[in-house]
Order: sequence, then C-alpha cells, then structure tokens
Amino acid sequence: MRDASAPSAPGPLLDVRGLQKFFPITKGFLQRTVGHVRAVDGVDFTVNEGETLGLVGESGCGKTTASRCILRAIDPTGGEILYRTRAGKVVDLAALKPAELLPLRAEIQMIFQDPFGSLNPRMTLLDNVGEPLLVNGMGNRRERADRVAELLRLVGLRPEFMHRFPHAFSGGQRQRIGIARALATNPRLVVADEPVSALDVSVQAQVLNLLLELQERLKLTFLFVAHDLSVVRHISDRIAVMYVGQLVELAPTAEIFREPQHPYTAALMRAVPVPDPRVHTTDGILGGEVPSPAAPPSGCYFHPRCRHAIARCRVEAPELREIAPGHFTRCHLAGEVVF
Amino acid sequence: MNAEAPTPLLSVRDLKVSFALDEGLVRAVDGTSFDVMPGQVLGIVGESGCGKSVTMKAILQLVERPGRITSGAIRFRRRPPGQEDGGEVVDLAQLPPRGALMRDIRGGEIALIPQEPMAAFSPVHTVGDQVIEAILLHSHRWQAEKLSRREARDITVGLFRDVGISMPEQRVDAYSWQLSGGLRQRAMIAMALSCKPRLLIADEPTTAIDVTTQAQVLALLRDLQAKYNTAIIFITHDLGVIAQMASYVVVMYLGRVMEQGPVDDIFHAPKHPYTKALLRSIPSLYGETRVALPVISGSLPHPFNRPAGCPFHPRCPQVMERCSTAVPSLQPVNDRQLASCFLYSDAVEPA
Repeated sequence: MRDASAPSAPGPLLDVRGLQKFFPITKGFLQRTVGHVRAVDGVDFTVNEGETLGLVGESGCGKTTASRCILRAIDPTGGEILYRTRAGKVVDLAALKPAELLPLRAEIQMIFQDPFGSLNPRMTLLDNVGEPLLVNGMGNRRERADRVAELLRLVGLRPEFMHRFPHAFSGGQRQRIGIARALATNPRLVVADEPVSALDVSVQAQVLNLLLELQERLKLTFLFVAHDLSVVRHISDRIAVMYVGQLVELAPTAEIFREPQHPYTAALMRAVPVPDPRVHTTDGILGGEVPSPAAPPSGCYFHPRCRHAIARCRVEAPELREIAPGHFTRCHLAGEVVF
Repeated sequence: MNAEAPTPLLSVRDLKVSFALDEGLVRAVDGTSFDVMPGQVLGIVGESGCGKSVTMKAILQLVERPGRITSGAIRFRRRPPGQEDGGEVVDLAQLPPRGALMRDIRGGEIALIPQEPMAAFSPVHTVGDQVIEAILLHSHRWQAEKLSRREARDITVGLFRDVGISMPEQRVDAYSWQLSGGLRQRAMIAMALSCKPRLLIADEPTTAIDVTTQAQVLALLRDLQAKYNTAIIFITHDLGVIAQMASYVVVMYLGRVMEQGPVDDIFHAPKHPYTKALLRSIPSLYGETRVALPVISGSLPHPFNRPAGCPFHPRCPQVMERCSTAVPSLQPVNDRQLASCFLYSDAVEPA
C-alpha cells in the first residue's frame, strides 16, 4: 500500500465524488421519459498516484459505466470527477467542456477488453498504435514510427511487426498491441476494462505480469475494472466493490479479503470456485438475482439477498461510511456481524 | 452396474479430427483417448485450440465441414429400453451424422449444455415450446404410448421447477430474451435433462455468466447429477470450476491428452510439465499479490505450424532431445494417473 499522506503525494490523482449516470427509459411515439436506469448512483473513491484500484462487480453493476464516465466517453449525470493534472492543477473532468478536455486526453488512456474488436483490422500496427499520437498532434511521421517501435519493444513485441496487420497476431499479442496504444501518449492514468478476461490462463498470466512491470517502470496509475476476483486481488493495491450502481465497499486488498465488511463482498468471494478439490466452496451461495437498476429495491439494495438483513435494511438506505481507516462500507450491520 | 468391473459408458480411442483448409490441414484433435464411467463427472480442461470443444462436437457428430473425423473410435453404450444398465455398444464415429440412429442418440441419450444459452435457444419460439419439442421427439425411448402436447408441457413445467426456475408455469411461455442469463442457463439445463440422457456434455456452461450466478448453476448441476446419476463431461478452461465439479480430469494441449487422473492427483500431484505450468500460472485467492506470476514461456503455436514430436516440447521447461522427434504416448505413471511424457515412459506413439 502506498500511503496517501506521504510527502511525495499531494492528494489523490483521481477523486470521484457522488458520481451518477442515469439513462432515460423512453416510451411511446413522443419518446417521453418514463423512468431512469440508475446505472451509476453514488460512487465515491480516490485513486492515488502509482497505485492500482480494482473495481469489481457483476454484469450491470455499473463498473464499466463508471469507468467510461471518468474517461468522459459518456457524460455523467451528476457528481464530481476531480483529477490532478500533470501541471498540478485539480480539475473537475465532469464539468469540463469538450475543448477543455482535449489537452487532458493524452493523460488518461484506456485498455479494452476485446483484443479482436478494439484494433482496426485495416490498419497496420504502426497506424493502430500511432493513432493516439496522430490525434494528439505528437510528432511527425518519422518520430511516430520511432515511438511505435519503442512501444512495441516495451510490451514485448518485435518492432519489425509494425508493418503487419492485427489479424496476424494471437489474442495475447493483440492485447499487448492494445496496451502499447494506450501507452503511446505517455499517460498517467490508465483505465483497463477487463483487460485479461478474454485471454487464456497462461496468456493472462503473461499480460498481468506485463501490466505490473509497466506500472513499475512508467509510474502508471491503474483503474482496473474486472469481475475475476483472483485477478483483481493479484494486481490491485485497493479494491472497490460495486452492486447495482453503488459502491458498497472499498478497502486495501489484504484487508478486504481478510475481513470483508459488506455481505455482498463476502458472498462474491465465496462464489469464486477455488482451484483446489480439497477446498469446497458450496457454503453460503447467494440466492436470487441482481435487481434491475431501473427498479432497485427499497432501503439497502442488497437486502432481498442478504441473510443478515434486519427490518432497518428494508426501509433505510445505508450510507457509505468509514469503518476503519481506509475501509469504507455501505452496510448498517458492518462491525456488528461477521459476514 | 457390474460392481467388480465397471464398463465405461463412453470410450474415446485415438480420436483424430482434422480440418482441410486451403492453407493446409489443421489437426484439431490428434489422437485423444479417455473413458467416461456411468455417473462420473469427467472434466476436460485446456486452453483455446486444445481441441476440447472439437472432441465434444465429434462425440455428438456435429463437426462441421471441412472438419472430419479421420480415425479413431467413440464407443457409446446405449441404454436398452426400460432398463438402467447394460446395452449395446455403438461406435458413434462410424454413424452417419444425419442418420436416424445418430439423431436418436443426440439429444436423447447424449445431451448438450452449450456455452451461450442466448445463441442456443431460438428467439422466435418460447423456451417451453423448445423443450416440449425435444420431449415429443425422444419420449418413445422411455415410454410406449405417445405423449400428448399437454403431457409434455406438464413435464416441462416440472423440469423448470426442478432446475429452480421460479413461477415455472409462466416461464415456459417466455422467450429466451425475456430471461436473465442465469434463468436462461437453467432453462437450457432443463432442456438437456428433459430426455433423461445418460451422458451430459457441458461445454463451458458457466463461462458467460456472473460469478454468483455461476455458483448457483454449479450447485444445481451437482444436485441434479447426484439425483439422476447422469454422467457429465464438463469442458472448461476454468481450473477452479474443474476442481469443484469433476472427479476425474483430462488435460488437453494441441489436440492431445497430456495427462489424466483423479481430480485430487491432478491438482496436488500433477505429473506432466504442462499441467504443472498451467496450475502455477493462475492467480490464487491466497498467494502473494502484485508479484510476477510464473508463466509458460513462448506462445501457443499456430495451428498450421504444429511442432513435431511432443506438441508441448517448445515450451516445456524439462524438454529432452527426443521430445522434438518422437510423440510420447499416453501411459500409466502410477495406478491412478496417465501422462504422455518421456519423463515417465519411453513409449512412442506409432506414426
């Protein structure tokens, strides 16, 4: 764990406060708005410089929507996304106009999930990886080629490959190409959305090692979005868990695994099939299904599936509170019950 | 069942499936052998391109052209009408894929739970209708008189209840796109079980669904397996799922069986260097975090550039000279496990 109060770190790199993103549900000929899908509804977290924050949750929990809001690939409905720029100025990404965002685009980059869909099949590696440089007006053709060669070497590919097309590469190699492209503009914050979930076990290990190595070398900060808890645990300093659009728990990795303070986190951990036939993971399987973010339950969103739920959970929505230094949870019973 | 000498329900011997493409011949399955005992849960594990799904398709005679079963046997013991055990043995590899016998076995005696229930269900028919159709097609096998649609529908509602679908009377009339991922996979399981198969092939049945739903579906499969004593071939790349579900494991790499044995031996005393490397490369929920994971060096060779000799030799940490020239055959390493590796046996696969 890197300490946020260390003298070298003047506050977090990214400070997300009360982030919301609602999608309208429209109906009829006039497309009247009849309701909202509250895809992200109350997400607060910070990411310190040089650390990896893992953002986990199941499909539809809003983890991808939250990460896209940070990139301003979509516009958030509410909340603040405070980002400390390379110049040291703190800006609210949620409030910036597109033109004001442009100079910051180079600082925040993204690694995508699908290594097949995220590269343009008609462009060579030189053009694919060099595209962010071109868009951000960095260097001439010659300089871009040099930079692409350097990037390919950085991710463990041969620079000669730059004149080939993506189809000539395997899934793992393509994910390396995607990483090279994300690093082209020398970013500070990299949002990685499920970067290894489409890869085989042995290739996944290679890409995870590469990400750790690059982080060390380039002092990168990662927001690592994934659903695989063992992968997230391996790469993250701290872990944030989302459920139905809300952040339900946030804590340092070792602590959240040792003592989860939200029943959903605990259930999520129990649900992971352990690769050891002597350990049986059949106890405490979560019943029911994830509710729709268009019509979430009353009170605590998790109460219909929670075996610890009390009357209060049905009526009163818990607030995110700090139960121990750096350990946040959204549960009335945290501290009283062992989940 | 004959207690002292259990006979396998399915016996795959030296199966080879290849795809003749313009660019060359892809040997997707290259000499695979394993047995499935009645009521056993067999896990087949391997990474993309190891041939696990093609093996499954070969068993069901669903290999699409230009793919072809070139040699080997898939011996399946059919259930005699009205009886639980015994039965005549047919070699599925020899049956015409569209013949009456194969159509009877496929779905009726060997059922499939596919990976993508969204793609497997027709979106223009209700899920109930699709299960009813399967029951009406195959019911002659377990009862003499023809079932009416009404009766088949009642069976379907019962099956939906069995697999834990709430409000089954309403859900049979739902379309697949109206169901959540978990419910859809439950409906698929109901359909697979509808014809009382002796063998169920589950091809990555939980890969497309979330982890808490996966836990529910795995628990359901375990319960149903215990209840009906159906043999299951569980195909997955997830070693966690294999460890929790299978009693016997087959590890495949580039179309060949590298190792097989009881699940505890595979995870706690792996013999083949590939199994060892694969187990080391997964991040665990207990190990040290943020350190480099041990990786398998190199990458999976392109299907057109299959290495000569043992398919794993270019990436193997214990490679020896003859590994690049001769193919090791699958041989016992102790009284439980078998491995294809010259570290344990000198036996060479006949060319």
